[in-house]
Amino acid sequence: MTRISKHLGLAALGLLATTALTHAQDADPMKVGVIVTLSGPAASLGEQARDGFQLAIEQLGGELGGVPVEVVVADDEQKPDVALTRVNGLIEREDVDVVVGPIFSNILQAIHKPVMDAGRILISPNAGPSSYAGAECNPNFFVTSYQNDQVHEVMGRVAQDRGYERVFIMVPNYQAGRDSAAGFKRHFEGEIVDEVYTQLGQLDFSAELARIAAMQPDAVFTFMPGGMGVNLVRQYNQAGMKDRIPFLSAFTVDESTLPAQQDAALGMFGAMTWAPDMDTPGNAEFVDAYIAKYGKVPGSYAMQAYDTAMLLDSAVEAAGGVGDQAALLEAIKAADFQSLRGDFAFNDNQYPIQDFYLVEVAKRDDGMFQTQIVEQVFDDYGDVYASECKMGG
Amino acid sequence: MYTTLILVQTLNGLQFGIILFLIAAGLTLVFGVMDFINLAHGVQYMIGAYFAFAFTTWTGNFGLGLLLALPTALAFGLLLEALVFRHLYDKDHLEQVLATFGIILFLNQGVKVIWGSSPLFVPVPDFLQGSIVLFEGFFYPVYRLAIIGAGLAVAALLYVLVNYTRAGMLVRAGATNAKMVAALGVDIRRLFMIVFGFGAMLAGFAGAMVAPILSVEPGMGDNLLILAFVVIVIGGIGSIRGAFLAALIIGLVDTLGRTFAGDVLRLFLEPGAASTIGRAVAPMLIYILMAAVLFFRPAGLFPVKR
Repeated sequence: MTRISKHLGLAALGLLATTALTHAQDADPMKVGVIVTLSGPAASLGEQARDGFQLAIEQLGGELGGVPVEVVVADDEQKPDVALTRVNGLIEREDVDVVVGPIFSNILQAIHKPVMDAGRILISPNAGPSSYAGAECNPNFFVTSYQNDQVHEVMGRVAQDRGYERVFIMVPNYQAGRDSAAGFKRHFEGEIVDEVYTQLGQLDFSAELARIAAMQPDAVFTFMPGGMGVNLVRQYNQAGMKDRIPFLSAFTVDESTLPAQQDAALGMFGAMTWAPDMDTPGNAEFVDAYIAKYGKVPGSYAMQAYDTAMLLDSAVEAAGGVGDQAALLEAIKAADFQSLRGDFAFNDNQYPIQDFYLVEVAKRDDGMFQTQIVEQVFDDYGDVYASECKMGG
Repeated sequence: MYTTLILVQTLNGLQFGIILFLIAAGLTLVFGVMDFINLAHGVQYMIGAYFAFAFTTWTGNFGLGLLLALPTALAFGLLLEALVFRHLYDKDHLEQVLATFGIILFLNQGVKVIWGSSPLFVPVPDFLQGSIVLFEGFFYPVYRLAIIGAGLAVAALLYVLVNYTRAGMLVRAGATNAKMVAALGVDIRRLFMIVFGFGAMLAGFAGAMVAPILSVEPGMGDNLLILAFVVIVIGGIGSIRGAFLAALIIGLVDTLGRTFAGDVLRLFLEPGAASTIGRAVAPMLIYILMAAVLFFRPAGLFPVKR
């Protein structure tokens, strides 16, 4: 018995060695490091991005542009210092060709420089801060989501178009929150009755809600990602304000938070480049495949990560592998792939030019919740920082 | 309009203070009676919320869920006491801090493994749904009033327990001089266990009560734990009465400060600067208050008499 198992073991080892050998003989395999937030209150966003990316790799048969790909996933824990350690690990230990990530802008601030210094390619599937969209743009850095301001600009435009005169702004007190308020005001010309900056991570909004009720604005604009949004939406509803004061938001009601918000979020508005019900080539198949595999409705985080993988697929194929980085960068910038959003092109600063929509929360036939397109707000819209970007020049 | 807003905010502050009290009550007893620093107290609040979620989903009824969550939280507290805390009573504070911090990490990951990392949802019970009109145009959620009511009831119950029962007497004696109580033949270990389990249950109760208004998620107790420490420092370590009053003070200062700091400053400064400074100062108010209390009354506002 022991002899048999010994032989079996040896045989298995031999097999292993041969597969390892054949693997090494293949065309240069590529390595992609995915660094997203997988723990903490915002973990569901990172999970969506990771799952969307891996779904695409799986559908492409474990290859990008015909090159076998190994995906290494790292968790930044939504902490810049942790992210820095992990991304250094991806670069030095794993020697990845491309880093995909992160979710949050403050994490991007931490990992941008090390990835650029190491001469690797960084593609952000979500965070699109203004800091790298203007003078600090970099040929090795791409954003496949949007420039953060744009989403807030959509809501400002909507508030303006609908003739709201008095709007109450409430955002968390950190960089993205302040950017959000600034973005909203770019197209909104009415009166801002008050601007409230809450602590990041605040979960009880009773004090702020009472203030809103007292001021009776025409609409509320807010940006409360993750758990903050879950609480705000439910408390807004419990306070009986949903039917009286329109709730305009960015990153507050989306597929990552709707499972917890459910009916409380019905009829609330958001802004996005895409929604699960969008009629674009491949979108319905993507949504169905994602639901079948993960049991959840994909949100923009999953869509953008999926698009990122498809973008890489097209670029690696056009560049004939990852050996020639200049060719690869050029091929990425060409963005010759079918985005689930429809129109997609890179601006001079390598942030997207795309369409933006007003979306509304609705209940699906299967009882889950999703956002749905209400109307297009911007067409082929680039960000305001691109003109400051002088790449290579 | 302004007076009604102040009134609504006062209610909000009370509600927040009462939740803080439920957490701080257990913490102050454990710290005061056993001289034991339990950083994992906030985790017991989280566990209470998760138990409420699990039992509410299972029974389909929040009341039943709450009833089941309480003994489970108690049992869980006793289990932790037997497994871990019991072995730490004689150790110094640094070791207690390290061990209980480890429990925070362990349990935060634990609930994530069982329930996932997404925020969970406990529906508000039907009969507490909706909001009532306090004044013209001012709605207040019924459920938040229920929290205030339940919290006050628990505070009254605690008051009776601590002041008029034999166990309460021993707890008070323990808070004053634990060694002497032990020397008089009281099984101090058993007393510790009871206090500990009870404290865990109170924190669990707080967690279960907020589950319908706040999302249930890993790490939800971590921020509150810091505030609970502020409460017991201000109130005086080991003092239930101090914890109650300090919790209400903190709740009110924090809530009213967040709303009115900018408005008050506007009386002296130009509006732009006032709202910027108000925004910056509001979250600091309670810590400024704590620093002031530590400076003028280092033993807290309502210290245990020794």
